[in-house]
Amino acid sequence: MESSSLISVKGLSVRQPPAINRFLASTPVSIVIYCLIIGGILYSSFKGAQSMGYNWQWYQIPKYIYSYTDNGFQFGELMLGLWATITLSFTSLVLAFAIGLLVAILRLSDLLIGTKVAICFLEFVRNVPLLVLVYLFYYVLGPVFKYDRYTASILCLAVYHSALISEILRAGINAVAQGQWEAAKSIGMSKTQTYRYIILPQSIRFMLPPMTGEVVHMVKSSAIVSVIAVAELTTLGQNIISDTYMAFEIWFTIAIIYMVVILILSIGASQVEKRYTVIN
Amino acid sequence: MSQEQAIIRFQNVDKFYGKFQALKDITIEVNPSERMVICGPSGSGKSTLIRCINGLESHNAGKLVVDGVEVFEGSKEIINLRQNVGMVFQQFNLFPHLTVLENLTIGPIKVRKIPKQEAEVIAKKYLDRVHIPEQADKLPAELSGGQQQRVAIARSLCMESRIMLFDEPTSALDPEMINEVLDVMVELAETGMTMVCVTHEMGFARKVADTMVFMDEGKIIEVAPPDKFFSNPDSGRCREFLEQILEH
Repeated sequence: MESSSLISVKGLSVRQPPAINRFLASTPVSIVIYCLIIGGILYSSFKGAQSMGYNWQWYQIPKYIYSYTDNGFQFGELMLGLWATITLSFTSLVLAFAIGLLVAILRLSDLLIGTKVAICFLEFVRNVPLLVLVYLFYYVLGPVFKYDRYTASILCLAVYHSALISEILRAGINAVAQGQWEAAKSIGMSKTQTYRYIILPQSIRFMLPPMTGEVVHMVKSSAIVSVIAVAELTTLGQNIISDTYMAFEIWFTIAIIYMVVILILSIGASQVEKRYTVIN
Repeated sequence: MSQEQAIIRFQNVDKFYGKFQALKDITIEVNPSERMVICGPSGSGKSTLIRCINGLESHNAGKLVVDGVEVFEGSKEIINLRQNVGMVFQQFNLFPHLTVLENLTIGPIKVRKIPKQEAEVIAKKYLDRVHIPEQADKLPAELSGGQQQRVAIARSLCMESRIMLFDEPTSALDPEMINEVLDVMVELAETGMTMVCVTHEMGFARKVADTMVFMDEGKIIEVAPPDKFFSNPDSGRCREFLEQILEH
């Protein structure tokens, strides 16, 4: 009859939860359950691969990441792909931010035509699948405006993400209290001055968390340009697989590379976020 | 004559929010150095009235002239006008990302293009006047409500405005902080500044007001000097209101 004994939490006496719940919630038990689940997944995929007669060749992987030959240290193909992914994402991001800012300003402007143009753009981009946008930019607009697949991929990613970024900017600007506008107006500030000195500095902290999410999203969605064979991480992975048939190892490796890069980005982002926290 | 002198002049001003009429045929004048206190029940249009003066709300009909400039929606001159019309808000509306000193200097530096050092001298002078010179380097969030409101008053003073508008400046304050703000406002009234103040602080009104105004349902019901206003108002509605708020 111990199940109804009282324990003290923050100076208050509360009824202790049943013994079975306490047992399941304890740290060692949680760790064991966690290990069992992860182990089960790994074991069953290994078993599954074995029953397919899959020939694991993990020893082949390092040379795609780096090699050390007579010519000295060299990055492998996957690392070159990663670099392409990063430059592609970064360029698209800068462009997306510029377009997004323009769209947000149009959307928030007093001009009726500006608002309408912005809304049309947003609705178009948000309601078309990214894959279709990629095809549109490469197979339709590409020949029309005579640009190559790399430009097509940058434009496409930039346009797709600019819609999301402009909404983040708009939400961040709208999150600043209305009183700030009134106070700035009452000391004679123009609209531009109010944005620059009062509204934008305050909206940064509202924008940062979703914006870091956007950076991560950008790196992830950049993989889709592999459908038009732009030489980034995913495309190079596919190329290696078609040469070597090591599908399992390469896809695992690529997933881990993406994960590591994005984890680093997320950690960096949370540091920036801490610095911008303002007490209200 | 008074038509020429008036620094704020409302002539048959109407204001609508959709179908709701917030101001009904307002005609009133404020002379230079006059201290006007506006009171009335909530929703009577007093805040709307005061916010029309510096164009935070735009009126829909009638004429409003402030400091020789006609105020109307889309007017370019209104930005210049606002430099001469300071406003203090119920919720202080300090800029939370700037220090107290920066709150005071940003207007002079960016709007009036005064050099930074000069602006800081002016800012310190007015921080002295509102009795918090030692708080200059803090952020607004580190100050009490009363101190924040005094910073807000100093911020308006730094623009060297000729007219000060107060929109319920003490309504958001804890009771023990109301007096420190009212004291500053009384001192300010003594300098001969034109003041229009929406407030329910009748003690303050009695002390500083030249003119009392009572509003109800968007209309001006009573305009009188404080002696008459508090002892013998003409309208029954105004007497009722005063009885209610002076009861305690």
